Amino acid sequence: MKTFQKIAVPIVAIALFLAVWEFLVWVNGWPNYVMASPSDLPEAYIRFWNLFVSGGWQTLWRTVAGLGLAVLFGTALGMVMGFSRVARDALYPLLVGFNAIPKATLVPVLALLFIGQHNFNTVLMAFLISFFPIAVSVGIGLSTLEPEYRDILRSLGASRFTIFRKIALPKTLPEFFGALKVSVTLAFIGTNLVEIISPHGRGLGALFLSGQTNSNYPLMFAVLIALAVLGIVLYYAVVALEKIFAGWAERPHG
Amino acid sequence: MTNLIEIKGVTHAYQTPNGPLPVLDNLNIAVPEGEFAAVVGPSGCGKSTLTRLIAGLMKPDTGEVWLHGERVKSPRKTVGMAFQNPVLLEWRSILDNVILPLEIVAPSMPRKQREARAEELLALVGLQGFESKRPSELSGGMRQRASLCRSIVHKPDVLIMDEPFGALDAFTREDLWQTMHALRASEPFTAVLITHDLRESVYLGDQVFVLSGRPARTQYVLDVHYPQAEGLRKLEGLYTPECAQMLATLREQIQIAQGRHPEQAVH
Ligand SMILES: Nc1ncnc2c1ncn2[C@@H]1O[C@H](COP(=O)(O)OP(=O)(O)OP(=O)(O)O)[C@@H](O)[C@H]1O
Ligand SMILES: [Mg+2]
Repeated sequence: MKTFQKIAVPIVAIALFLAVWEFLVWVNGWPNYVMASPSDLPEAYIRFWNLFVSGGWQTLWRTVAGLGLAVLFGTALGMVMGFSRVARDALYPLLVGFNAIPKATLVPVLALLFIGQHNFNTVLMAFLISFFPIAVSVGIGLSTLEPEYRDILRSLGASRFTIFRKIALPKTLPEFFGALKVSVTLAFIGTNLVEIISPHGRGLGALFLSGQTNSNYPLMFAVLIALAVLGIVLYYAVVALEKIFAGWAERPHG
Repeated sequence: MTNLIEIKGVTHAYQTPNGPLPVLDNLNIAVPEGEFAAVVGPSGCGKSTLTRLIAGLMKPDTGEVWLHGERVKSPRKTVGMAFQNPVLLEWRSILDNVILPLEIVAPSMPRKQREARAEELLALVGLQGFESKRPSELSGGMRQRASLCRSIVHKPDVLIMDEPFGALDAFTREDLWQTMHALRASEPFTAVLITHDLRESVYLGDQVFVLSGRPARTQYVLDVHYPQAEGLRKLEGLYTPECAQMLATLREQIQIAQGRHPEQAVH
């Protein structure tokens, strides 16, 4: 019953959403160049299925690669900031400043820096846009570790590395995954940003762009929905990882 | 009998933005092997600092800490520590929490043997059947029991406890006092117990050290003569005239330490 509910409720919600959408388009008599309706979409998917599959794959792997880099770099940076006060004071303003830059402005900069390296640029953008929350959460998690937790092992003469591995690292996992949920969405946005803005892009973003240039409005909406689905898949992949590695942080009664 | 723990003329100050804050002032404490030293003193006088010095987590400015005839310069594997908070690791089961020190101290000990040791201790404190539970599934008193097991699982010579029962209700606390005596009977260790409960210090201690207000000196040492011929100490003993007398003495000393007593401290 519980699992049935868990699956059924979101499906009903989505069906309702599509129904309302269809209804609004029909009631207002919008032509499909203003607003495509859900019933226009299957045709777009069937016609451009190959492009959806290859574009979806491009978008997916580049997002995951960028996020992977963000996890490695963000964790390393967070560790440095978590263990050293000086590093924290030095890096924090830089990071905040970098994070404040609208990432769209970086697309042309990167395109000029690494001309023609579309894959590289896309992964780089996904990485740049998404490492910040990870670095901050790991840094804060480590620097706010209660001294008593450290002392459990330190009083036995354990090395710093052992303390990190057995206590600090697992203890920051819930914060890490909290940040990863934000980062995965950001990385996805970063990938799409480059795909849409770059003149010769690939992936779902480029498919969206070609829909626009060819005035194929149902295709554009179909891409949007595909992006939403891919975003949901990525997000829940992180949730699943969180369940496996930091499930202990979930209290049984809320 | 030799003194297993010896604190000789320890003076320590913390460096703060407002200059040095003297915390310990020429402190002397000696605990013979197998005995239980209770330390009481006004809040903020430097008791936790003392535990960190004994454990080798910090070095005193001057003076020396000796354990087992060796000068303490850094943490050592033969020390066990219990804190006011149980600080159990939420991602480990109770059994794995208790095993943790063995992973550091005896990395080559087979898993089976570690588990057997932890299970034995958990049974001793009345936690059998809770081995696979998470800390969050236990009550505060049960968590503190598990924390005690963790502090002695590696058979330390020296057990240092910083107000381990401070946050518990009176009944649970008395329960744990008895558990403590039961542990002592089966596990030989020399202990320093920081507490702010005078009855606890008399019930558990062989000696009670009263520290003065900050910076802390050893203001008074009480040799506990518990009214109990043999066997484990019984709680009822606390309500005898002998204990009432000892408690009155301690209370008076604490008031002097807090600077609330008309007469001056004698030293
Ligand atoms: N790391 C530190 N840096 C600066 N001052 C500190 C530090 N740790 C403790 N102190 C100060 O030293 C004094 C003694 O602290 P300590 O924790 O040893 O006292 P305590 O006797 O354990 O107190 P309580 O009974 O409240 O636990 C306090 O005034 C405290 O503010
Ligand atoms: Mg204290």
